[in-house]
Amino acid sequence: MEGVPLYAYILLSALMFAIGTAGVIIKRNPIIIFMCIELMLNAANLSFLAFAKYHTAPLATTPLEAWNVHMTGQMAVVFVMAVAAAEVAVGLGIIMAIFRMRHGVDIDEMSSMRG
Amino acid sequence: MSLGVAVFLVMAIVIVLSAWGVVVARNPVRSALSLVINFFTLALLYFGMHFDLLGISQILVYTGLIMMLFLFCILLLNLGAPDTLFEPSLFKRSIAWFTGGVLVLAVASQVIGPLAVADAGPSAPQGFGEAGSVGKALFTGWVYAFEIASVLLLVGIVGSILLAKRRD
Amino acid sequence: MLETLAATEPAQGDSVWWALLRIAIMLGFVLAIVPGLIWWERRLLSWFQDRIGPNRVGPFGLLQPIADGVKLFFKEDITPATVDRLLYFLAPAVALFPAFAIWATIPWGPDARLTPIADVDVAILYILAISSLGVYGLFLGGWASNNKYSLLGGLRSAAQMVSYELAMGVALACVILATGSLRLTEVVNMQFEPLWGVVPWMQNWFILTPWGFVAGIIFLITMVAETNRAPFDLPEAESELISGFHTEYSSMKFAVFFMGEYATMLAFSGIFAAVFLGGWSPLPLNWEYLALRANDASLPWLASTLTFIGGPIAAPIWMVGKMFGGITFYVWLRATLPRLRYDQLMNVGWKYLLPIAALNFVVVAIWMQFGWFALLGALVVLFLLYVNVVVFLARGRRDGDDEMLTLVNPQVHTEKTIEVSRS
Repeated sequence: MEGVPLYAYILLSALMFAIGTAGVIIKRNPIIIFMCIELMLNAANLSFLAFAKYHTAPLATTPLEAWNVHMTGQMAVVFVMAVAAAEVAVGLGIIMAIFRMRHGVDIDEMSSMRG
Repeated sequence: MSLGVAVFLVMAIVIVLSAWGVVVARNPVRSALSLVINFFTLALLYFGMHFDLLGISQILVYTGLIMMLFLFCILLLNLGAPDTLFEPSLFKRSIAWFTGGVLVLAVASQVIGPLAVADAGPSAPQGFGEAGSVGKALFTGWVYAFEIASVLLLVGIVGSILLAKRRD
Repeated sequence: MLETLAATEPAQGDSVWWALLRIAIMLGFVLAIVPGLIWWERRLLSWFQDRIGPNRVGPFGLLQPIADGVKLFFKEDITPATVDRLLYFLAPAVALFPAFAIWATIPWGPDARLTPIADVDVAILYILAISSLGVYGLFLGGWASNNKYSLLGGLRSAAQMVSYELAMGVALACVILATGSLRLTEVVNMQFEPLWGVVPWMQNWFILTPWGFVAGIIFLITMVAETNRAPFDLPEAESELISGFHTEYSSMKFAVFFMGEYATMLAFSGIFAAVFLGGWSPLPLNWEYLALRANDASLPWLASTLTFIGGPIAAPIWMVGKMFGGITFYVWLRATLPRLRYDQLMNVGWKYLLPIAALNFVVVAIWMQFGWFALLGALVVLFLLYVNVVVFLARGRRDGDDEMLTLVNPQVHTEKTIEVSRS
């Protein structure tokens, strides 16, 4: 996709992130809230990748260093994906456990940890 | 408008609309499917940016596994009934969209403005999104982070099995 | 997207017209061959069961699929009243998409202009990713039908495909480790080298190496599970779920589901042939070497025959032949093995296939690094270790009662829901 400026990607990422934030506030179903968090993570991924593609490395002295500066964004995305996978496995496990305990998943009623 | 920009616009519209769909859909299954479309289009966008490996991983990890887990959970808990658990309060809804709008405006003014002025175009070298270069970077500069991520995944597996196995 | 494909492609055949030609060849082949597969399966199955099968329409019943197609076209298209309309209509299309998309990286022959459609450097990952999308069609169909049995079918297919995809991924990772490439064309070309690096007149088909044999068997099992065919056809188990996810589908929508299933079967046969069975070479013989030898023995006709057999013109024939072999294997399995129980399915996937595949991964590393004698030594040590562990576990072992199994197995499922709603 030649000719697409960097700020277009960042704007898209910001829009995704904002919709995810709004979803977290609006929704009362913990699974949907979880999905909105995934949406926000993906928005972050998109901006990581956009910067990885467009960022220039003025401080890098060697070619290897410059190359590594370009790779950093991709590495961040790889680790975000790994963390998201672990997070989903544990998070959905918790939601299932809560559901089994109290037979309902309204987020506003999950207040047993309140002091 | 060049072909690249047109393709980007189409994808961006699909991405934003499907993200919107995640929030406004009243049925959890539809919301999840909307997110699947979002992630898949995002993967196509990554291909367009020449991130071959990450685009494939996006499909494999997000669309193939994570969203499947979400759908599985939704069906197992039988949350399919329509208009369940939607925030009724108009106040909270307007607060939410206001927060989102402020976020976008903040990013636009502080980040996008300067970027739009100093736009230099893509600077990444040829072939840096290919499987080989990503793999080489993972096993040289980021090898500690990589190993720690594998430990994290192991902890995740143990944790989820523990949660599923518990009897109450 | 064209940019991406073009950027990763070799320069030969690097234009939109060649790309369109490749797509047309592939689509034409798949669409033309799927009815033939249905005829072949019905005939073969009837021979297995000692009956004649469809033989009335056309010679040997060859026109039977066309008659079936016409019937399905003109049947009344029933949409049940309580379905989720949008998703009910979308599900067959979603099922068909991965069935065709998966063909994009399967090579048919050595000519880079005609095949594969996109010779990308992530071809094996692409196959895994697309086959993981295959579950959505079944899942959506099951959910949108608003029918308890269909829903159970959808749930089962989700659990089954996610479980078996892991073993399939590790089995393919063994091949990636051995070849050092994710390109399918390169994987095929690696198999044209001398067997084990020492037998010059044979080809190094991965199924003939010890690690490749294990990985190949695992891939074969997981590919049957991924396509939801017998004995892994739990999502559509006729006897318990009334054909599961497509119970509520009729007419063309039903036909589309089936077309997707057969196209996926054929594609997986092709992938198996390309990854383990030496791609477009008919036998594991080094044709060029043999042709040279025939020339030395002054048998020019034999040399030219051998060159032709191993050459680019005959290549697609062998590839298609191997795909048909794969389909025949599918039918053979269906005719021979009874359907697995759900807990058996999960046990096979998680407790046998995945650990064996992971162990095989280590075996590949040893094989590639140190050769066969080190591998033999390591295997002996591992076997002793394994015997020890088995003896240790044999004391005080109890059969597993998994939460997941009780939730998804229908008989227990009803009890579970009753229990939940009561308390």
